[in-house]
Amino acid sequence: MSDLALGTAPPPRRRTGGFDSLALLLVCLAVWQAVASWTDGIAVAPPWTTIVYLAGLMGQTSFWGHAGATLTAFLLAFALSAVLGLLLGLVLGAWRFAGEVWEPILAGFYTIPKVTLYPVVLLVAGLGMSAKVAFGVMHGMVPITLLTLAAIRNLSPTLLRTARVLRLPPRQTIVWVLVPACLPEIIAGLRIGFSLSLLGVLIGEMFSSQRGLGFLLVSGMAQHNVPLTTAIVLLIVVMAISANTLMLRYLKTR
Amino acid sequence: MTRARAVLLVRIALLAGLVALLEALCRLGVIDPLSILPPSEMLGAMIERVASGDLDEGMVQTFSTIAIAYVLAVVLGTAAGALLQKLPRLRAVVDPLLASYYSVPTFIFYPLLVALFALGKTPLVILGMMSATPAVIISTLAGLDGVPPVLLKLARAQRLGRWHTLWWIVLPQALPRLFSGFKLALSYALIGVIAGEFLLSGTGLGYAISFAYQSFDSQAMYGAMLFVLLVAIAANGMLTTWESRIARRRARQ
Amino acid sequence: MQAVVRRYAGPPPVHALGPIDLHLARGEFFSVVGPSGCGKSTLMDVLCGLAQPTAGSVRFEGNALHGEVPEGVGVVFQEDASLAWLSVRQNIAFGLRLSGLPKAEVSTRVEHAIAFMGLSHFADHYPAQLSGGMRQRVCIARTLVLRPRLILLDEPFGALDQQTRLLMGDELLRLWRETGATVLLITHALDEAAMLSDRVGVMSARPGRFIDLVETGWPRERDSRIVSDPHFGELTARLWSSLRSESMKTLGRVA
Repeated sequence: MSDLALGTAPPPRRRTGGFDSLALLLVCLAVWQAVASWTDGIAVAPPWTTIVYLAGLMGQTSFWGHAGATLTAFLLAFALSAVLGLLLGLVLGAWRFAGEVWEPILAGFYTIPKVTLYPVVLLVAGLGMSAKVAFGVMHGMVPITLLTLAAIRNLSPTLLRTARVLRLPPRQTIVWVLVPACLPEIIAGLRIGFSLSLLGVLIGEMFSSQRGLGFLLVSGMAQHNVPLTTAIVLLIVVMAISANTLMLRYLKTR
Repeated sequence: MTRARAVLLVRIALLAGLVALLEALCRLGVIDPLSILPPSEMLGAMIERVASGDLDEGMVQTFSTIAIAYVLAVVLGTAAGALLQKLPRLRAVVDPLLASYYSVPTFIFYPLLVALFALGKTPLVILGMMSATPAVIISTLAGLDGVPPVLLKLARAQRLGRWHTLWWIVLPQALPRLFSGFKLALSYALIGVIAGEFLLSGTGLGYAISFAYQSFDSQAMYGAMLFVLLVAIAANGMLTTWESRIARRRARQ
Repeated sequence: MQAVVRRYAGPPPVHALGPIDLHLARGEFFSVVGPSGCGKSTLMDVLCGLAQPTAGSVRFEGNALHGEVPEGVGVVFQEDASLAWLSVRQNIAFGLRLSGLPKAEVSTRVEHAIAFMGLSHFADHYPAQLSGGMRQRVCIARTLVLRPRLILLDEPFGALDQQTRLLMGDELLRLWRETGATVLLITHALDEAAMLSDRVGVMSARPGRFIDLVETGWPRERDSRIVSDPHFGELTARLWSSLRSESMKTLGRVA
């Protein structure tokens, strides 16, 4: 076969991969530094200052109070999103008709600016932790539901037939055949739900809370405390990317 | 009755039923009618606000911001995607970033943008672009990747030049994927801009909702809210119909 | 083709083809058979200008090729190259679109090709609605309208069942006679090569070289019924005997 390389898929990582990533990191840091210097640190604090500030922050108990609040809200929101999303996805995936009815509605929910619904949520859930968790669930539940729905629906009937041919009892069929078959897609949904729950919690804090990392961000801006805002942004970015990369790596090994 | 029609009818009935339920609960006082208006009043409020021109300025602001952010995102995203496809080494480095991009809540950069560019249109446009552009890049890459090599060989066998190949073969082949990226980008641009206006802005529909909320003006708030939601749903609906029309011709039947 | 060699730099470096010496007489029907991976497709790519030889030269109608497909050459690929967003008619007209021919002429040629390839009922359908065999017919029709003087086909009937193949073989012969073009057919089916061609080239395992060139001696007016001629059996047997050891070499390599 002629293997003219026209429009092939992305190349496998060669030995230069690690070096290239390091180069990219340095470029990003350089740009960051340049922007900070160019604006005299009014908008963005330079990298080193930020890291030092962040280290300092982490030494203060008040910071950990805020971080803890965000973490608690996030974990609750994610857990709720996951449980509700999985259950709903399971039901809608198995009951085809209901799935077909609901899927466009859920997908549509994905495309609207949920921010506009926040006042309503606040009116219902009140301020504080419950609102934050509600926001997180609002954002995180939908992708988990949709992807679980798709995973269940796409279970090939051949799998079930194979299980019957092998004379597996129901529990074993579920554990050894069905679950592994739909697991990748479900975990992909959980990964997206993870990020979006975090997003929901943070935005809730930015908008309507007196505690949490989102609140620190907004108050830092109000006080023109540039190192604080930059430090929080850095922290969130690093946490989000690390968590996501870990989950992606885990998915790949499966 | 075909299944598709049955599904559609049930869906409409379901939504209508939920709206009716909400209406009933509000009217009966089960839900405090001051905090959550009955849907009929929401609709009335929206029509009134739109007709009275109160929302006009906000509309112009918001829609123009979204439009600018969207067009820029599409143009830059497509160009960047095409460029990345031609430079495999750069692409290999950028790929993991793209994969993790949407796990970071982009609006956390909004305060930084405001500090950089002062309150106004610019930080909102940039926020919209930050939300929308990666989606376009990802779908452009997917679309270009999805051109079977045999079609490129065909182009050479037919002696089409570079630009002809791009226009007559690559673009039509990649169109479905490109288009779904464009559709996604519009949602993201809209969400990003409205979220930004809501959190921190002096003008625009997002701000109108936030201001109304803080002034306890339920009528204004729900009016603006419903309007924004309907616009978002309509825009997305139109693009989805267009998308399925593109796909229908090429689908395996 | 003269002393053509094609190597790939790798890693690891691969000597895919050659040295090959091949002269195609004008208007002849030439088939190439060989074990899988022997470089048949590479041969075709080099022959029409889609690939550059690492050594040696290729000439078409006296002119050397320069990395571009010359005018007057038509290619039908193994994979489905029909354009999903165009109807059958539009697909066939595709190559003529930029040729500068007047619309009436384009239309005439397209309609003729549609009728010739038996696609009249499906002219306004889209490739997604057609079977694999019909899509290949669209690709062949698309090449036909360009009135090429050399037609290259890379296992065009590979995905079809045997009966359809035989019928498509007949159509290919009709095409050949009607256009008077030179045809090079790459196939892994020995019977197809033996039945359709004036000459058959047998290629060795990689690096592909011609180990046998067989003259069939068939009359020009032939069709699939020729399989009942005893000479057909002799030809096929001869092809297989040349090919058998080469195929086993390939298999051993793969296994």
